[in-house]
Amino acid sequence: MSQPATDASRAGVHEASANVLYADHITIRFGGLVAVSDVSFGIPPRSIVSLIGPNGAGKTTFFNVMTGLYQASEGTVYLDGRDLTGLKPNRRAALGMARTFQNIRLFNLMTVEENIMVAMHTHLRSGVFSTVLRLPRQRREERAAADAARELLHYVGIEKTQGELARNLAYGDQRRLEVARALALRPRVLLLDEPTAGMNPRESAQFNEFVHRVRDEKDLSVLLIEHDMSVIMKISERITVMDHGHVIAEGPPEEIRNNQTVIEAYLGKAGGGARKTTQS
Amino acid sequence: MPSTSRRRAWLSDYTWPLGYVAVIMFLFLLYQAILPNLIDEVSGPVAAWLPVATINECLMWAIMALGLNVVVGYAGLLDLGYVAFWALGGYTAGWLMAAPFNWSWNFHLFAPVAETYPGTHITFWLVILIAGCLCALLGVVIGGPTLRLRGDYLALVTLGFGEVITQFFRNSNDIDGYNVANGDAGIPIIDPIGLGPFSLIKGVPASLTNSGSDNIYKILVLGALLGLCLFVSLRIRGGRLGRAWLAIREDQLAASTMGVSLVRSKLLAYAVGAFFGGIGGVANAAGITGAVSPSGFDFSKSVLVLLMVVLGGMGNAWGVTIGAFLLAWLNSNGLRQIGVAVGAASGKNLEAVLPRYNFLILGLLLVLMMLFRREGLLPEKRTKALMTMPSRIEMESVGAHIAEAEAKTKAFTESTSDADAEIAASASAVSPHLEPPPERSARSVKDTDR
Repeated sequence: MSQPATDASRAGVHEASANVLYADHITIRFGGLVAVSDVSFGIPPRSIVSLIGPNGAGKTTFFNVMTGLYQASEGTVYLDGRDLTGLKPNRRAALGMARTFQNIRLFNLMTVEENIMVAMHTHLRSGVFSTVLRLPRQRREERAAADAARELLHYVGIEKTQGELARNLAYGDQRRLEVARALALRPRVLLLDEPTAGMNPRESAQFNEFVHRVRDEKDLSVLLIEHDMSVIMKISERITVMDHGHVIAEGPPEEIRNNQTVIEAYLGKAGGGARKTTQS
Repeated sequence: MPSTSRRRAWLSDYTWPLGYVAVIMFLFLLYQAILPNLIDEVSGPVAAWLPVATINECLMWAIMALGLNVVVGYAGLLDLGYVAFWALGGYTAGWLMAAPFNWSWNFHLFAPVAETYPGTHITFWLVILIAGCLCALLGVVIGGPTLRLRGDYLALVTLGFGEVITQFFRNSNDIDGYNVANGDAGIPIIDPIGLGPFSLIKGVPASLTNSGSDNIYKILVLGALLGLCLFVSLRIRGGRLGRAWLAIREDQLAASTMGVSLVRSKLLAYAVGAFFGGIGGVANAAGITGAVSPSGFDFSKSVLVLLMVVLGGMGNAWGVTIGAFLLAWLNSNGLRQIGVAVGAASGKNLEAVLPRYNFLILGLLLVLMMLFRREGLLPEKRTKALMTMPSRIEMESVGAHIAEAEAKTKAFTESTSDADAEIAASASAVSPHLEPPPERSARSVKDTDR
């Protein structure tokens, strides 16, 4: 029992150094239910990879383990070869892991600019005293942060909304703001949880382009969770398919598209369901 | 555009302290120089409705309310045991600036009492700092175990801690044989506030006792302390830590995934809030009551401070100050005076009646506020937005799920129609029992197009 475990961990260490983010044999149990079972998953540097699967496959649970919202029952997550076990979400964020949420979670009653500046928290140094006395260093730092926030807003194309409360933004702009907020962490890896949910086809196409641009310009890796096949096929370089907590397939989009297990477990069912709704 | 907003920020940054100093100076001069020279018909009602002692109490309560506002208003952590810090601040004054009640070791440090007077006597100004730090420490100790709690559970645990501290002081005359804080009797005579170098100015007394003429100077002393608390409140709110608190108040989980340390930020909120509470405690013990006893630190005081915060406008330092002034005034003098006025009109003596029903009246006030102005007297602009306007997503989502579903279906059929054929073909090749209907999928595209 112990022998394979050490072998696995040795392999894990090797994989961990080759990938920006590497999840090594992750298992997550809720009571007697196994939500994620022995999943290993790596994100190579400067890549766009996706995690897909039908509802309840364990994608978001897996995501939450990587960002530190849950602790894995078994297994280890590495960021840049560093073991993240036991680190709180904020520590992982400081180390370069940024995420968005499936159902947008902005700080609704803060302005757009403040939303972004919250995410700069780990990059700012000023403490209670320098803030109260407003020392020159703190003033400089705040001004630089505000400028950087404006730049990010410009980058995602919502610079006009800067002073608005986040809750007043249109849905699409809120999605953009969430990405801008994640980028403010200056992450090594960006985790997007169903970013195109609620977008029309044109918007999601624009979003695809945007993700590529972010990857190229900000020098980071992107992990997407999606169940919308069209988005995934066009955007990802590698796809991992999960079902019932297991990885059932892994590979480039063309391969996944023709993978029989995937079709049976995922596309067959989803396709049939969609047809039924359109017919009625 | 940015230059004007920056100039406006500069103005508000420097105008409010000037305005604040002007108001405090005006109050001081009003009672010091103007009122005594006016005819009785004018000075009489002013002294009756707004006596100096009441102003001092208002200033002290405003410090307390600002402290609780940091915890409740800024960081969104409901604290029902805030009286604990007020008590510890008061007792710190009792320990460090009063006649001895149990031990006889003499230590004087800039105290405005005779050197021969026994006991520990440290100047008010230093005690404020010590009490603040001690309370901040207690804040962290109390805050630590409650970090994981939210909402109702947090309120209950803090309530418990508040009671624990009060009970500790109530039983403090025999803690394992030691008399720590003189139990139910409390610590009676606390040193007056020494004015140090200011007493060199002609007419300024060396120390402030509770006599009417000295009270006027307390407007300046307490006014300065309140000014300091306001300053810290406003400054801290605009900085890195203030943003982190707001983010935690909004969405704790999102805040932590954005790199905000919940532990650190929450403990700092407790510490800063408790620091203010300690200042308030010393100000109360040395400036208002001149003594501390456990009976003064009951649960109702926690509720009163919370009422000030809620009525004034949670999260807005100015609103909270106004709420504190209003409630402290009602409690200390307003209700009695209203009773006198109503009594004079109706021919009944109500002077003592209304103050007795103060919590009934304050409760009624709270109910009315919650019905007609939930956001408080002078709310923060974001709270107001929350209370008065539905969010855009919420408004737009009425019926949106239908449109969204339609868009999704369309997107799916469009994008998969080409892939669909392939997939279906390959699927049928492996598993014949999977229905492969390319003609049906073609029809479905037509359906949605129509």
